[in-house]
Amino acid sequence: MDTYLIPGLDGIAYGLLLAIAAAGLTLAFGAGGVLNLAHGTLIAAGGYVAATTSTGTWPSLAAAVTAATALGAAGGGVLAAATARLRGRGHLDQALLTFGIALIGADLLTTVFGADIRRPRLPAALDTTLTIAGHPYPADRLAALTAAVIITTIGYAVLHRTRAGRLIRATVDDRHMVAGIGVDPRTVDTTVLIASGALAGLAGALCTPILGVGPATAPTTLLLSLVIVVCGGLGSVPGAMVAATGVGLIQTIGVITIPALAPYLLLGAMALLLLTRRRPLPGMSG
Amino acid sequence: MTARLPLPHSWDDLRRWVPWLLPLGAATTLAAASDGYWPATVARMLPLALLAVSVATVTSAAGLPTLGQVAPYAAGAYTTARLALAGHTLAPVQLVAAALVGAVTAGLLGMLLVRHRTTVVLMLSLAVAELTTITAARWRTVSGGTDGLAGIPAPRLLPGTPALTGDRPMLLYATAVTVAATAATMQVLYRHHLLLTAVRGNESRAAASGHPVTTYLWLVHTGAGAIAGTAGALLIHTHRWITPADVGFDTAALALLAAVIGGAHSPPGAAVAAVLVLGVRDVAAADWPGHAPLLLGALFVAAVYLLPGGLTAVPTRLRTEIRRVRATRRPEPLPAVSRRTP
Repeated sequence: MDTYLIPGLDGIAYGLLLAIAAAGLTLAFGAGGVLNLAHGTLIAAGGYVAATTSTGTWPSLAAAVTAATALGAAGGGVLAAATARLRGRGHLDQALLTFGIALIGADLLTTVFGADIRRPRLPAALDTTLTIAGHPYPADRLAALTAAVIITTIGYAVLHRTRAGRLIRATVDDRHMVAGIGVDPRTVDTTVLIASGALAGLAGALCTPILGVGPATAPTTLLLSLVIVVCGGLGSVPGAMVAATGVGLIQTIGVITIPALAPYLLLGAMALLLLTRRRPLPGMSG
Repeated sequence: MTARLPLPHSWDDLRRWVPWLLPLGAATTLAAASDGYWPATVARMLPLALLAVSVATVTSAAGLPTLGQVAPYAAGAYTTARLALAGHTLAPVQLVAAALVGAVTAGLLGMLLVRHRTTVVLMLSLAVAELTTITAARWRTVSGGTDGLAGIPAPRLLPGTPALTGDRPMLLYATAVTVAATAATMQVLYRHHLLLTAVRGNESRAAASGHPVTTYLWLVHTGAGAIAGTAGALLIHTHRWITPADVGFDTAALALLAAVIGGAHSPPGAAVAAVLVLGVRDVAAADWPGHAPLLLGALFVAAVYLLPGGLTAVPTRLRTEIRRVRATRRPEPLPAVSRRTP
């Protein structure tokens, strides 16, 4: 059991970071029906900004996280404007547009930042090792885990305790009813896409110290986010949290437990879940 | 492109053959007029064009957006490669074997996929595409692992004929296979289009009317698998090497996006769009090394805004626009003067 403690902690930390990234994606799909394949590019952009801005001091780290979040929000705004003209044209047109934007974004990121994997310089307090239950554990991972827990708690409170959060959840459930109470659902869609981009940028900044950021970051995180969104249920943030934790654990404990089947584990688990789930996903009927 | 192809007994019948004869004419002209680069480049685009036909068939006729047709494509490709390496180089035999293996693969996958719809199908098919690459990379005895298979012998059209090693004959052969397979697909779809439209348009009503909806969708998926398998054989014939990357997510995504650009309900449009996409990626981007994704992304964004409904909707949109312009230029009729008696 002791063998799995550190990988388990890693899995939960990784899962929570993925949950932050996937929460925006699932809300954008659930509320506005936007299939955003450029989400991974926003995560990578946040990571690159964090990696180049953080220079080993606390102010630069704070600036890196803020800049990554702001860049993600700006990207979300661009996507909101781009997808607004495609209403009523179906998910395949959205997929074509956002995949095109993702390709353009990936090319620009590689041109600007190069093809090497980058990591930020962290303050000395985070660039050390702590001892947990007798095991050494990197302080930056523990900090990322703590940040992920705080952000998910704040996100849950915003979604469930504020008017804006209630409107978002109401739009996921019934956008016509939201229109009926005098709120334009398109405004909610735009807000959700901007918030989704901000969360993607933030997740990118938090992941970068642990995983680094490079040309493979965007496709990998997009794939993982899509798996989480579909397994958790479209538009369901709690579902995304559970699914993200599962993905994190599969990617860490699963891989060391059954190494021979490691490449098949994640997608196999997703396929099994989708094939055996009796309840249809929200939004499937459309 | 006209769907039904009657035997040409009249000029009107002959006119319906023109869209199918055009690609063959263009390929012949290109083969006659150009050097080895262009025929070889265009020939290597045609396997993806045929894969896009398969994807568009599943997406349009069955209403199932899929990335999973890359699995029968891979099955057809590796079957052809293994047959060729074992000394069986007859192209017709390889094509039939690849189509059969592709159909069996798609049939098995279809048992799982056609019971689901929309996003779930897309994600399950994404898993199929990813698992296809992983399996191809790990099944070294069949695929050669990540290094792939190279030095595959060229096909022969008939016993005793020379191998198709030239770029120009290969272009003509690949065009003929692509056009024939696409035309055959359209014939089958046209024959059953009312039934398929009913199933796609209102599944529950079709089921209530006694139609075995799932069986119909499975048949479409399996038939499209045969086309994908044929495309896999064509991949080996035109490239004569294969790696797991050739049958991965990128290929699946390009085929699906080509189907969207071509027009959701037009397999021939998907084939044309696939050639366009590869033209941008492999030819236009050659002068700008490393920036093919940028050009490809710009193409996708432009296609979404400039081609609503896809390439196949362009003629209709042009006709509508011409009618609108003519209507605005036509002088307003003068108001009728009424004669009033004082």
